[in-house]
Amino acid sequence: MNRTDVKPSVAPGVRLGGVSFVWRPWIVFVTCLLAAAAFLVFCLSIGVGDFPIGLPQVIATILGRGEQVDEFVIMDLRMPRALAGLVVGIALGVSGAITQSIARNPLASPDILGITWGASAVAVFGVTVSGGAAAAVVDSVGLSAAALAGGLCTGLLVYFLAWRRGIEGFRLILIGISVSAVMEAITTWLLATADIRDVAQAQAWLVGSLDNRSWDEVRVALWGTLVLLAVVTCVAFQFKPMHLGDDVAAGLGVRYSAVRAVLLLCAVLLAGVAVSAAGPVTFVALMAPQVAMRLARCPTPPMAASGLLGALLLIGSDLVARTALPVSVPVGVVTAAIGGPFLVYLLVRANRR
Amino acid sequence: MGTTAVERPASTATTPVRRRRVVGLGALVVILVIAGAASLAVGARALSPAEVWHGLFAAPDSDQRLTEIRLIVQTVRVPRTVLGIVAGIALGVGGALIQGYTRNPIADTGLLGVNSGASFTVVSVIALFGFSNPFQYVWFAFLGAGVAGVVVFGLASIGRGAGNPLTLALAGQGVTVFLAAMTTAVALSDQKSLNALRFWNAGSLAGVGFDVIWPVTAFIAVGLVLALTTLPAINLLNLGEDVARGLGVNIAWSRTVGIAAITLLAGAATAACGPIAFLGLMVAHVARYLTGPDYRWLVPYAGLLGAVILLVCDIVGRLVVRPGELDAGVLVALLGAPFFAALVWRGKFKSA
Repeated sequence: MNRTDVKPSVAPGVRLGGVSFVWRPWIVFVTCLLAAAAFLVFCLSIGVGDFPIGLPQVIATILGRGEQVDEFVIMDLRMPRALAGLVVGIALGVSGAITQSIARNPLASPDILGITWGASAVAVFGVTVSGGAAAAVVDSVGLSAAALAGGLCTGLLVYFLAWRRGIEGFRLILIGISVSAVMEAITTWLLATADIRDVAQAQAWLVGSLDNRSWDEVRVALWGTLVLLAVVTCVAFQFKPMHLGDDVAAGLGVRYSAVRAVLLLCAVLLAGVAVSAAGPVTFVALMAPQVAMRLARCPTPPMAASGLLGALLLIGSDLVARTALPVSVPVGVVTAAIGGPFLVYLLVRANRR
Repeated sequence: MGTTAVERPASTATTPVRRRRVVGLGALVVILVIAGAASLAVGARALSPAEVWHGLFAAPDSDQRLTEIRLIVQTVRVPRTVLGIVAGIALGVGGALIQGYTRNPIADTGLLGVNSGASFTVVSVIALFGFSNPFQYVWFAFLGAGVAGVVVFGLASIGRGAGNPLTLALAGQGVTVFLAAMTTAVALSDQKSLNALRFWNAGSLAGVGFDVIWPVTAFIAVGLVLALTTLPAINLLNLGEDVARGLGVNIAWSRTVGIAAITLLAGAATAACGPIAFLGLMVAHVARYLTGPDYRWLVPYAGLLGAVILLVCDIVGRLVVRPGELDAGVLVALLGAPFFAALVWRGKFKSA
């Protein structure tokens, strides 16, 4: 009891110029491991298909030393899909990590906050409404951009509705649920009134899929995600004390309202980019940060690990969706099948404590 | 929690209060009758009161024009109106009951995954067995609604999070997201179920015949009787479990009866007219505002208000986007979601 030589286990801090962070080797180790795993699944996903290519050849081709046949199949046919999975997974993982940290609730994800539903409503509107000014706008900017705008507007709407002398996680989530209910109702009504062929197309989009991605679609998502991740990385260092509560964060000198607003905006945009590239793939943004948190033994979802885990989860689910099941299903079905039970686990865990 | 717990004993109702409540109830009945009459008259072809009267009661061997009116009134408008009243009462009473039992002011049958459970079973049985008549898949919608409701309810009441409004809302939303993805997966593989789903899913009173309405009404009637028997127990439960037990309430039994009633009411209404969210939530709050926390008064008020709002939404839906129609469920959601958001915003309740 009275031994004084027991050192409290405080991690050492590292300071580089104006940036300081805590040196926790375990998190770095887990993050590197996840990065390796994500790269492996990424290569595996490229190799699997009607024309199977071994893992060594895939890696050689990616590094630019492959054969010409392999190069065509990999770079032109399979790379966009795999890359879309990678980018969307990272975007969803990071987005979920941010929203869960801000709302201080493990269940707050873009799915629950209505952002994905808002993007879906606008996308379905774009598919089902033909003619008129709205359709002209959607035609000119493309479905993905329309979905992105929808997600962004919904996110802002939720944020402003939940604003009452500050943002509180509890209010944010409940307002998010009500806004997503409205978006859901609008989507349903659009589906009920539209032509059945459009409905099938919209419905296929609604479940979240990586099928038939082209380089054009991937390029937009890739650049969008990279820019947003850069912003998040810059701001995230100011974000650390946030989970200690508003008062502590303010006392530590964080301009917490501004930082939080910027981060939340990035989270919304990341979710919007993901939805615009792959449709509303459910539960990845919810699961990835929670699993990453447990693996890294952190009190809050770690950003980098969450993103990598999101990619791992999404590409892995896509692989399962394509190969393991008797009929090929969209990836969103697989993530929902894993995510549902995981959600139950989280609820039960949260309530036990 | 500090949510909606009854703070006043139920027995303080003095005579003037009672008179005001009876008058209010009478006024609601009158409003409901007016809404019902309007529902018979308004539509793609507007009818005058005299025409509605003829349509309802004229002898079959009248002239051509009256036969046509009789056809419209008796085969289209009357079933639609009856369904609106029955389903509205069921959802209103169900919403009030669920808030009473969970002591949770944002509980709503539609937010508890009941809707998505029903959608999922409907799509599944259409894809599996090729049903085409609503009468065939109503029973499965009923089953799915019940199972999903009990699962969400159970999840939200495990451990210490029980009674926390946020837990219940999140459990419901999570199950909804999960089932919605599964529903879409099934619907994608089968064009017929996709087509049936998209109409049913919007929450509409149109196109349901008496072959569906009668059995649904029977279930709702049983649910209402069960609900009425538990009202005194809810009042006592809201004083706290220990107090209720001390006053002789069998808590387990009263909970079981209550959940059975809620499942019957919400399941039957959802099966007949598709998912309608927020109605129960809204009317329970309005009824509480009008009557105070005594559930013996609150529940009847909520039922009548539910019927009025559903009918009015249905009528408005027929008028706003001519020549098409806006489904009642969509309008209720557009009305209810801001109501819900306002409740949250005004900080009527805090997380536990």
